[in-house]
Amino acid sequence: MAVEQPTARAAEQTRIHNIGYRAYDGPRLGRAYARRSLYSQSLRGAYGLGRSVKSKVLPMLLFVVMCAPALIMVAVAVATKAKDLPVDYTRYAIIMQAVIGLYIASQAPQSVSRDLRFKTVPLYFSRPIETADYVRAKYAALASALFILTAAPLLVLYVGALLAKLDFGHQTKGFAEGLVSVALLSLLFSGISLVIAAATPRRGFGIAAVIAVLTISYGAVSTIQAIADAQSGNPAAIVWMGLFSPVTLIDGVQTAFLGASSSFPGGGGPSAAQGVVYLLVVLGLIAGSYGLLMRRYRKAGL
Amino acid sequence: MGTTPAGLTARLFDLRVTPTGPYDWRLTRRQLFGLTTAVVHVTTVDDVTVIATESLSKRFPRVTALDRLSVDVGPGVTGLVGANGAGKSTLIKILLGLSPATEGRAEVLGLDVATKGGAIRERVGYMPEHDCLPPDVSATEFVVHMARMSGLPPAAARERTADTLRHVGLYEERYRPIGGYSTGMKQRVKLAQALVHDPQLVFLDEPTNGLDPVGRDEMLGLIRRVYTDFGISVLVTSHLLGELERTCDHVVVVDGGKLLRSSSTRDFTQTTTTLAIEVTDTDEHPDGTRAVRDALLARGVSTHDGSGLPGAGHILLLTAEGEQTYDLIRDVVADLGLGLVRMEQRRHHIAEVFKDSDDQRKEAVGHGG
Repeated sequence: MAVEQPTARAAEQTRIHNIGYRAYDGPRLGRAYARRSLYSQSLRGAYGLGRSVKSKVLPMLLFVVMCAPALIMVAVAVATKAKDLPVDYTRYAIIMQAVIGLYIASQAPQSVSRDLRFKTVPLYFSRPIETADYVRAKYAALASALFILTAAPLLVLYVGALLAKLDFGHQTKGFAEGLVSVALLSLLFSGISLVIAAATPRRGFGIAAVIAVLTISYGAVSTIQAIADAQSGNPAAIVWMGLFSPVTLIDGVQTAFLGASSSFPGGGGPSAAQGVVYLLVVLGLIAGSYGLLMRRYRKAGL
Repeated sequence: MGTTPAGLTARLFDLRVTPTGPYDWRLTRRQLFGLTTAVVHVTTVDDVTVIATESLSKRFPRVTALDRLSVDVGPGVTGLVGANGAGKSTLIKILLGLSPATEGRAEVLGLDVATKGGAIRERVGYMPEHDCLPPDVSATEFVVHMARMSGLPPAAARERTADTLRHVGLYEERYRPIGGYSTGMKQRVKLAQALVHDPQLVFLDEPTNGLDPVGRDEMLGLIRRVYTDFGISVLVTSHLLGELERTCDHVVVVDGGKLLRSSSTRDFTQTTTTLAIEVTDTDEHPDGTRAVRDALLARGVSTHDGSGLPGAGHILLLTAEGEQTYDLIRDVVADLGLGLVRMEQRRHHIAEVFKDSDDQRKEAVGHGG
């Protein structure tokens, strides 16, 4: 019997109702929720999630490149039953700084230049969120993305070290120091990159400028340090030169406070007193970047 | 129109006095829209003022964008007309609470713009004049994101996005990247992002910019529906008075930051129904335009050649007195054996209508008899 009138029933089920406009009476979650949404959207965007396939390629590739050496080191350590990992946790990011530079140079402009270029910014500010919400969400998202990129290989190293049954206490301490170091690095690098990227709506300029500031400054500083080392061997001069590039700043801070061995020529990093200056400069740069971003977007308005 | 919400609005509007009390938040938009419950509240008429400004001024170092502007706007579709640089966009910025006024005060939905900017922006939608859409995401993704920025939970944001895009007339194409859209479709996405959080009021800044005549008419129809079907009050800016008089219940004209005129649309239509006609020439009538003018004059209708306006010399302007004017033109042109190239309601540029006074224009265009 049920088969007799299938068409009539189907027609009943598939009838289209024009329900007209429906008002929204549900909750409106306000500023904090909007800020969180912008944060998660930007963080996902930094790895190309929720964007086109093309924009996933570079960040994912760099993530793999970043983690591959750690996997190899772990494999070697486990296979050869080494006493310690071939590289310190704190050294890893310094060694891989070119990859980090490339990542941040590609993702910082992606995060902010698009909104400026396509004039989407006014749409944000015509909603409950304010300048500070936008800047904090974008800054936090990029810093988190960079932290994921730099902390993931450290995690690989740590897990590998435990698998290789290396000394637990020593490894944990090193891992913790490494995490503090890359957290500081993430904040510093993303702050500087965002300020540069937010200055221009052109993505290409942003990428070039970020690479220039991060890697050329490092190249210049380490070259001058090497020359100074060869010429005079004045350790203090070498240390103070290190203040002028983001990479050497992080290197200096972790040498002074996080038990890292410096990559400065001559191997003599900053002392504790000099380290305080390094730390203050790093914190100053982070705060300064935030301030400049706030100023940049206060003017953006509608 | 008599019993429609627009009629109600107009009635309320005429009674309206300067607002003194805060907006009654128990009054939902649906009630404002004209259901019976609203009538109870309407006894205190100031409850229904959507926007109120009081000698609002905005001065920049070199220009005065707004000069002691006092205007009240009720529910419905309100047109804000002014030439470029008349202060329209500045006014919207102030009303959104994004730019402090130099002096004076303003309220939107009963909330003070100086202190309650956040609350206002939660209840208000904004469609900017310029392009504001990223080309590499789909309309759906973009509008969902904007809905969340307005505080809608993820599930509600998706549902409202689907609804709103359908209402503005975007169907399958909403899954394609915005970069491939036509100007008309982009304008619809811009409108959708302003409506997605179901605001009580939307500011539409030059929504017909860059559209062809058909797209313009569709957009104007859509704007009309935003109020009649969705119950959302609209403040729409334009530099063309003609297109607003067909869409709006009320028109506010600003010039140089000053209020020039604020009145219901009916007052405008009486003075601005001007027809422009253009005819062909034939061997019999080498100057067709002149022939029509003489024929019309013989029937007691004087015309104007529109000197000083674009197309002068080829067109005739006359005031439409009603249906019979159209018939008269048709008959005159047919009798002369000419071809009627166009006959259209003249879209007035604001400067043209308000050059000095209405009288001057009437004199220029000329009345029958």
